Amino acid sequence: MGAELGNYKTCVSARSTDKELLKYAQDGGIVSQLFAFALEEGIIDGAIVAANKEFAAKYPSKVMADNSNFDMIEPWRSIPAIVNTKAELLAAAGTKYNISPNMAMIKEATRSFGLDKIGIVGTPCQMQAVRKGQLYPVGLRDVGDKIALAVGIFCMENFPYQSIIQLVEDHAAMKLESVKKMEIGKGKFWVYGKRGQVVQLPLKVTHKYEQPGCKVCLDYVANLADISTGSVGSPDGWSTVMVRSKIGDSVWAKAMAAGVFETQPIEKVKPGLELVTKLANEKITKNQATLAARATFGVGKGLRNPYL
Amino acid sequence: MVDKITLGYTHLSGCTGCTVALADNYAGLLTLLDRYVDIKYMPTLADARHVQKVDVSFVEGSCCINDKLAVEELKETREKSAVVVALGGCACYGNITRFSRGGQQNQPAHEAYLPIGNLIKVDVFIPGCAPTPQMIRNVAVMAYLLLKGTKEQKELATAFLTPLMKLAEKNEACFCDLMTDVINQGLCMGCGSCAAACPVRAITMEYGKPNGERDLCIKCGACYAQCPRGFFNTDVISQYEAINEAIMGALQ
Repeated sequence: MGAELGNYKTCVSARSTDKELLKYAQDGGIVSQLFAFALEEGIIDGAIVAANKEFAAKYPSKVMADNSNFDMIEPWRSIPAIVNTKAELLAAAGTKYNISPNMAMIKEATRSFGLDKIGIVGTPCQMQAVRKGQLYPVGLRDVGDKIALAVGIFCMENFPYQSIIQLVEDHAAMKLESVKKMEIGKGKFWVYGKRGQVVQLPLKVTHKYEQPGCKVCLDYVANLADISTGSVGSPDGWSTVMVRSKIGDSVWAKAMAAGVFETQPIEKVKPGLELVTKLANEKITKNQATLAARATFGVGKGLRNPYL
Repeated sequence: MVDKITLGYTHLSGCTGCTVALADNYAGLLTLLDRYVDIKYMPTLADARHVQKVDVSFVEGSCCINDKLAVEELKETREKSAVVVALGGCACYGNITRFSRGGQQNQPAHEAYLPIGNLIKVDVFIPGCAPTPQMIRNVAVMAYLLLKGTKEQKELATAFLTPLMKLAEKNEACFCDLMTDVINQGLCMGCGSCAAACPVRAITMEYGKPNGERDLCIKCGACYAQCPRGFFNTDVISQYEAINEAIMGALQ
């Protein structure tokens, strides 16, 4: 096991056994199923997830307050939200491919939402924020020990919302409100329309729209999550799951015992961990080069390195 | 117990919120005092109030340079402490006292307040308004390990405290730090930690990036210190599970 995949106790290919849930899920429904199970079992009493316009219209008191009017929220813009029920959870399911600042709600979750056991899903950088918040809780009073389950998602890079407009409306020539699903896989950015049309963009096109802050990130598989998951490495409709911490181990064992997931050994599936390792190394190598280039960016002057 | 470290607490121009945050460790504070720390002097929580020779001193509040006693106490604190910790936004950065123009009763001529780092060398910063009980606890345990621990514990404590020592190199803070040192540097990835950390809700996340209401900012330094792209010492934070367990274990 190389450092690029972080520490993990077990790794499998998995999907939810709940057929209804899978209809809403991006791949194997791992995040939705984990939170649904944890809510039911009382492991968490709420979760911070990435929701959207439709969710905000239905559950206005559950989404993060910002300066925008709900009528102004654009289709596919992600908004952090707190979910307490499976119905709310499913209403927020699916990958949005633009930034959802879930950590922004971590304190409010324990305050006006009154959560004592928080679930949070996020990208690797957000998992880093969770752990920094526990070890260096500069402004997060009484929050750290209330984080009961942190689920990380594999992430190569993320996009600002405006980049999604560029990609979908300009490059793919589709209206955002008519998009059913977006996906990155098999080297392409896929946009699925509600009427069945499919547009694929080569990733070469998407690179210039990536969030700059992602280019110094050295974590592909959410090393600091309790459980991390992503489609890479597993067959279509399945997800690769890495169980990392003691908390993750305990929750995963309970979920398996309850039969909410079916699994296959990761060694038996194609393309398997080999692809995950390859992509992790690609990301880390590329971004280490970025960090090195930043150090000598100007003439005798460099850009900041947050890791030093 | 022989192996305790000695602690002092110098209270300058602060609202006692930092003291309350320390006390809000409840049973954890009692365990700290039982096993690891002797408070030598501290207004509010100890009988002795005058500065004495100690291993670690916490300083709450900024220093009013028009107040002779405050300046003397601060200098004496530096002379008599091995390690000086600026506790809270006022001691670190001036915080709300930056906005003072004097005129308040009963000392209207007390108008000029400086973060303590403008007058003495400070070793460690704990920003925030108020700093959190858990942050104070973690720093206290790490300070103990630094002074009394095994070789490995000393190394861990050093690694843990290093970013907080680096923060002490700068005495100004505001939301602008996120602009100048994170967003302008191309480092923000939109996690929202800053918005959660802000005690006055001056930061909202707009399209995944922090937007600061600069008139609301009190200059406490919490947002930048909480930001994972402010500092992120991977070697320490990756051990979060073991460190959390060790800290909780030490306070059992």
